[in-house]
Amino acid sequence: MTFLVIFLVVVVVCVLTLFAMYNKLIGLRNIVRNSWSQIDVQLKRRFDLIPNLVETAKGYMKHESETFIKVTEARAQAMSAINKGDVKEVGAAAANLDSALAKMMLTFENYPELKANQNFLALQEELTSTENKVAFARQAYNDAVMGYNNAVEMFPTNMVAAMFSFKQSDFFEIEDKAEKQAPKVTF
Amino acid sequence: MWELIRINKRKSLFVLILMFILMVSFAGAVGAGFYPENYLTGILWGAFIGVILWAVQAAVAYFAGDDIVLHFNMAVVVTPESYPQLYNIVEEMKIAAGLAVMPEIYIIESPGLNAFATGIRSEKTAICVTRGLVENLNRDEIQGVIAHEMSHILNRDVLFMTFAGVMLGTITMLSHVMLRGTAFTNSNNRRSRKKGGLPGGHPIVILIILLFAIVAPILARIFYFTISKKREYLADASAARLTRYPIGLASALEKIAKHSSVDFVSKITAPMFIVNPHFAGVDEDSLFSASTHPPIYKRIAILTQLQHGGKVSLENYQKLYEKELSTSGLFSKTTLESDKSEAVRAESTEKFTESRTDVADIILANTGFKIVTCECGLKIKLPPSDIRMKVVCPRCRKEVSVSGRSAAAAENDGDELVFRRKNKNSWESFPCQCGNFTFQLSPLFRGTYVVCKRCKTKVKIEYPE
Repeated sequence: MTFLVIFLVVVVVCVLTLFAMYNKLIGLRNIVRNSWSQIDVQLKRRFDLIPNLVETAKGYMKHESETFIKVTEARAQAMSAINKGDVKEVGAAAANLDSALAKMMLTFENYPELKANQNFLALQEELTSTENKVAFARQAYNDAVMGYNNAVEMFPTNMVAAMFSFKQSDFFEIEDKAEKQAPKVTF
Repeated sequence: MWELIRINKRKSLFVLILMFILMVSFAGAVGAGFYPENYLTGILWGAFIGVILWAVQAAVAYFAGDDIVLHFNMAVVVTPESYPQLYNIVEEMKIAAGLAVMPEIYIIESPGLNAFATGIRSEKTAICVTRGLVENLNRDEIQGVIAHEMSHILNRDVLFMTFAGVMLGTITMLSHVMLRGTAFTNSNNRRSRKKGGLPGGHPIVILIILLFAIVAPILARIFYFTISKKREYLADASAARLTRYPIGLASALEKIAKHSSVDFVSKITAPMFIVNPHFAGVDEDSLFSASTHPPIYKRIAILTQLQHGGKVSLENYQKLYEKELSTSGLFSKTTLESDKSEAVRAESTEKFTESRTDVADIILANTGFKIVTCECGLKIKLPPSDIRMKVVCPRCRKEVSVSGRSAAAAENDGDELVFRRKNKNSWESFPCQCGNFTFQLSPLFRGTYVVCKRCKTKVKIEYPE
C-alpha cells in the first residue's frame, strides 16, 4: 500500500516536471518567434521610409540617380527575402541594403541645402532610429535564440526537447560582423 | 539572459525577508513595551499593527505610487511629436529589452541631469528624464541612460525598492513612536506612568526595547542600501548588454555627476534616480553612509574598462566589478553560463561637444595646472601641488605619464642626482624622482645635499655663481 502511494507520488512529480519543462520550451520558442516578428516589423518600417527619403532628396540632388537606383534595388531585394521568410537570406539582403543606404547617406553630405530642410532632418532621425531598431531587434532575437537553444541542448530540458522534436533556431548571422559593417554615417 | 537575471534576485529577496523579519520583531517589541501586563499579547498586537501599517503603505505605493511620484516631480508626458529623438531612443531600448509594453515617457522641467524609472506593475511602467538630460547628452549617452532605466524596469527593481522602502519607513516610524512614546503613554495610559514617561514593564525589557528602537532603523538602513546599491550595478551591467556600448552610459554618468541635482526631489524618491540627486558629486563609500547609489566613479571605471577590453559580456563586467570593489559575486554561475555574448558596437556618429570645458582648461593651464590627456579621452587636471610623474586615470585605470614633468632631480650627473638652483634667494621646489615627495628649498638654505623623506634618495644641490 505504502509502496503504491510512493510510486504514485513519484509518477505525479515526474509528469509535473515534464509539463513544466515542456511549457518552458514552448515559452522560449514563442519569445524567439515574437522577436523574429519584431525584426520583420522594423525592416518593413524601414522599407516604407526609404521611398519618402529618396523623394525628398531627389529634388535637391539631380546628379545622383545611380545611387538612388541602387538603394531602390536593394530595398526590393530585401522585401522579397522577407516575404520568403528565410533567416539567412534576410540577413544577407539586409546587409546589402545597409551598405547601399550608407553610400546614399554619404552623398547627402555634399548638399548643404538638403541638410537644412526640416522635413529631411525629421526623416533622417526616423531612419537613424529605424536602423537602430533593426539592430536592436536583431540583438533581441539573437538573445532569445540563445536562451532557447541553450534549453534545447542542455540537460534536463534536452530530453523533453528530443521527445517533442524541438529544433534549434538559426541565429541572425553573427552579430559582431554585422555591427562592424554597419553603416557609419555622418549626417 | 533576462530570465536568469531575475534568479539573481534571490539574494536581494533574502535581504528583503531579513528586513521583514526585523520589522515584525521590532513591531512586536514595541507592542510589548506598550502592554507590559502580558508580553505575549503585546508582542502579537504590535506585530499585527506593524504588518498592517506596512501593508497599507505598500498597497498605496503599489496602486498609486507611480502617479504620486510623477505628480510630485511635476512630470509632463512625452509624445513622439514633442520629443521625437527621445521617444525613438526609448522605443529602441524597449525592442532591445524585449519588453511587451512600451513604457510611458515623462520629462521634468529641470536643468539638472537625471532620470528615473517607475513601474511597480509590469503593465504600467514609466521612464522619466529631466529636460537638462535631453539637452546636454548626445544620442549614445541618452541611450545608455534609458537602457539603465529600462533594466530597472526589466529587473523589477522598482517593486523591490518600493517594498523595501516602505519597510524602512515603517521601522523608522515605529522607532519614533517608541522613542517619543512619552506623549503617547502619559496622557491616556495609566499602565506606564511609573518610569518617567517611558513605556512600562520590567527595566531590562525596557532597556532591550529601547536598544531595539535605536538599532533597528540603522540595521534597516544598511539592508536597504545593500539592496539598492547592488541593483544599480546590475542595471549598469544590463544596460551595457542592451546597448552593446558601455562607454555611452559611462560618459553620460560623467556628465550627470557634474550636474545631477534636481531641486524638488524629496528624500523618499531619491533612490529611484540614476544618480543620487542629493549627493551630486560626493563620493560616499562607507557602509554606513546614507548613499543610495554606489560611488559614481567606480561605475564609470567599470563601464569604461569593459568597453576598452573589447568584450562586453556579463562575465567581464563581473570581473571588473570584483576588481573595483574587491568583493565577489554579482551574477550567479547559471547566469554567466547562459549568456556568453561579447558583442560590442561602434559609436554612433554624433560627436561630443565640450567647447565650454576647453576654455576652462586654458584658464586652468595658465594657473599652473597640468592637463594630461589619457588614451580614453579623459583630461586629467593636476593642481600645481600634485607633483606625481605618473597618475592613474580615474576613468579607465590606465597609468598615464605626465609629460614635461620629469623630475628636476633626475638630471643625472655621473651617479649623482643634481638640482641646480636658479635663484638662491627665493623659495624653490622640485619633485623627487620617486614622485611622492617635493623638496622645498628656502631662500636661506645653503646645504650641499637633501634627502628624500620617502625613498631616501640623495640629491646634490648646486648654486649659481
